Amino acid sequence: MAGHVSHHSSSHAPASGPTESLAIRCLLIGLALVFVGLFLLLPLASVFGEAFGRGLKPYLDALRDPRTLASLRLTVLLAVIVVPLNTVFGVAAAWAITRFRFPGKPLLVTLIDLPFAISPVVVGVMLLVLFGAQGYFGPWLREHDFRIVFALPGMVLATLFVTIPFVARELIPLMQSRGPDLEEAALTLGASGWQTFWHVTLPGVRWAVLYGVILANARAMGEFGAVYVVSKPVPGEIPLALWVDTLNSEHQGTAAFAVASLLTFLAIATLVVKAWLESRQHREMARGQSSHTE
Amino acid sequence: MSIELRSVSKRFGDVAAVDQVSFSVADRELVALLGPSGGGKTTVLRMIAGLETPSAGDLFIGGRRVNEVPVQDRNIGFVFQNYALFPTMTVADNIAFGLKVRKWKPAESSARVEELLGVFGLEGLARRFPHQLSGGKRQRVAIARALAPRPQLLLLDEPFAAVDAKIRQELREWLVRLHNELHVTTLFVTHDQEEAMEVASRIVIFSRGRLEQIGSPREVYEQPVNEFVARFIGVLNVLEGPVQNTEARIGELVFPSHGVPDGGTLRIGFRPYAVQMSRNLGEFRYIATLRHTYFLGILLRVEIELDSGLVIKARITKEDYARLGLADGVRVSFQIREYRVLSSEAGPLTPEVQVPSQPHIAEGI
Repeated sequence: MAGHVSHHSSSHAPASGPTESLAIRCLLIGLALVFVGLFLLLPLASVFGEAFGRGLKPYLDALRDPRTLASLRLTVLLAVIVVPLNTVFGVAAAWAITRFRFPGKPLLVTLIDLPFAISPVVVGVMLLVLFGAQGYFGPWLREHDFRIVFALPGMVLATLFVTIPFVARELIPLMQSRGPDLEEAALTLGASGWQTFWHVTLPGVRWAVLYGVILANARAMGEFGAVYVVSKPVPGEIPLALWVDTLNSEHQGTAAFAVASLLTFLAIATLVVKAWLESRQHREMARGQSSHTE
Repeated sequence: MSIELRSVSKRFGDVAAVDQVSFSVADRELVALLGPSGGGKTTVLRMIAGLETPSAGDLFIGGRRVNEVPVQDRNIGFVFQNYALFPTMTVADNIAFGLKVRKWKPAESSARVEELLGVFGLEGLARRFPHQLSGGKRQRVAIARALAPRPQLLLLDEPFAAVDAKIRQELREWLVRLHNELHVTTLFVTHDQEEAMEVASRIVIFSRGRLEQIGSPREVYEQPVNEFVARFIGVLNVLEGPVQNTEARIGELVFPSHGVPDGGTLRIGFRPYAVQMSRNLGEFRYIATLRHTYFLGILLRVEIELDSGLVIKARITKEDYARLGLADGVRVSFQIREYRVLSSEAGPLTPEVQVPSQPHIAEGI
């Protein structure tokens, strides 16, 4: 009988455990909150605290500084060049990977992730090795009077490299889960490859594309390491992230944090748009699935 | 449009999904491609559509060799198993898609869409999205979309697999009516032999990439070319037993050896309708107990069990069942009126052996 009782109670242990699991739950939630507060919210708040610490005027002055405005223009220019290029690449790569069989496909899938795995500084150094004065293409570039490193093209290449995976990474799983049926249906109805892509493929993945674009944009505007290596440290000729660093090392705290707050606003906006896109995408996918079942 | 396949094969890597298949379909026929999954039937359909390219052989549509003709230029309508309706487009836009990409004039296009909405009973749903429709309605939209550009061939991949049983029955009848009205050569893939028998005028049976038989429903049922077809179409009792002294014994049943040497194994197969039963235990040679009755409608299927435990499926009309006073648990005498000797699954079938309707006669034939 005793044996039976103990067996009975042990079999109910998970169910009678709410008191225990409540404690564990509180502990885990508390830990997560403390961690988020300490390492995410506190620094974030301190950015704004420092930026507005001496009032609105120094803040606005820092932002009105021509060097800051030049940095902002450069940052936007980089994003405007890089994000569309990587969007086209990402869509093309995702299309190739999910719709065709070709040799070297696993290698391509792995290579797309390389920028996530490699340190951005190494990316910058690689560009120096290739296009620097002493690099492989250095002499040829000098002959043709074309600068890549320590100029805009170098910064574009560095940013391009570190943002390659974003769009492709978003699209590949989605396009895999969608399968080729819709596109094949379009083809049997007489659509050309381009019409199929434009009318069928793209509308189906538009939210995922936008999601990838938003993430790529955030990274492009915030990238530091790779661009740092290939840019000339001249105020007004470096993007915002580097300008923050320069100001900071020159002990211009308020100005540094004012510029940093711009990047932080960008980050917050990115998160909001990202959350909205995610909900859109989930709704769309649920719809797409419900039209397959039943 | 007629279709002809001449020793068409399709290999995926080392696997032959379709192996040297030849058959032809006449203009305006309604043909089923039937077989178990993995039999190659869907690959055949996709090759006709142009969604797959044959690895070998020649494919003709309307007498023209189309191996290299891209899918867009084949003028076919294809209905996918899951319908593949464009989720971001309304019903009307789905149906109009093939017209839009073919650059129909807007007025003609919308007239055609209106016409199809009417034909397919979809009036009032033009502005709905696919996810707002029932399964049966979605299928109608899919077929309307496929037919909109007036294709010369209609190809359907498992058209009834995704809807429930009641709607499936309606859709089958509707497809037959539709085919009769439209006169478009129609091929559909199914794994359901009943569906193929009911809908198609001819059936092409595939198994493991090979064409097993092509014929009318009646031909493939009554004259199957091999055991695979015999077992796949309808129900087949298959029994086997050792041969000794020129007799094969399978439980209580005794069959002549049919040339199988002593020590060998005789396999025989027979349809449920070949089993003749009686409550008079002296009327036929063998005795069994009626174990279970399945009510299928006018025809009933019964399982009878011999004392050795051997179970045989029989088929009987409702009237005969009542007339003979059958019920679960009663004892019956029975005989097998006709059967076939089976060799290997793919081997050809020998003609049926007729057993005269007298007790104890099977011995010594």
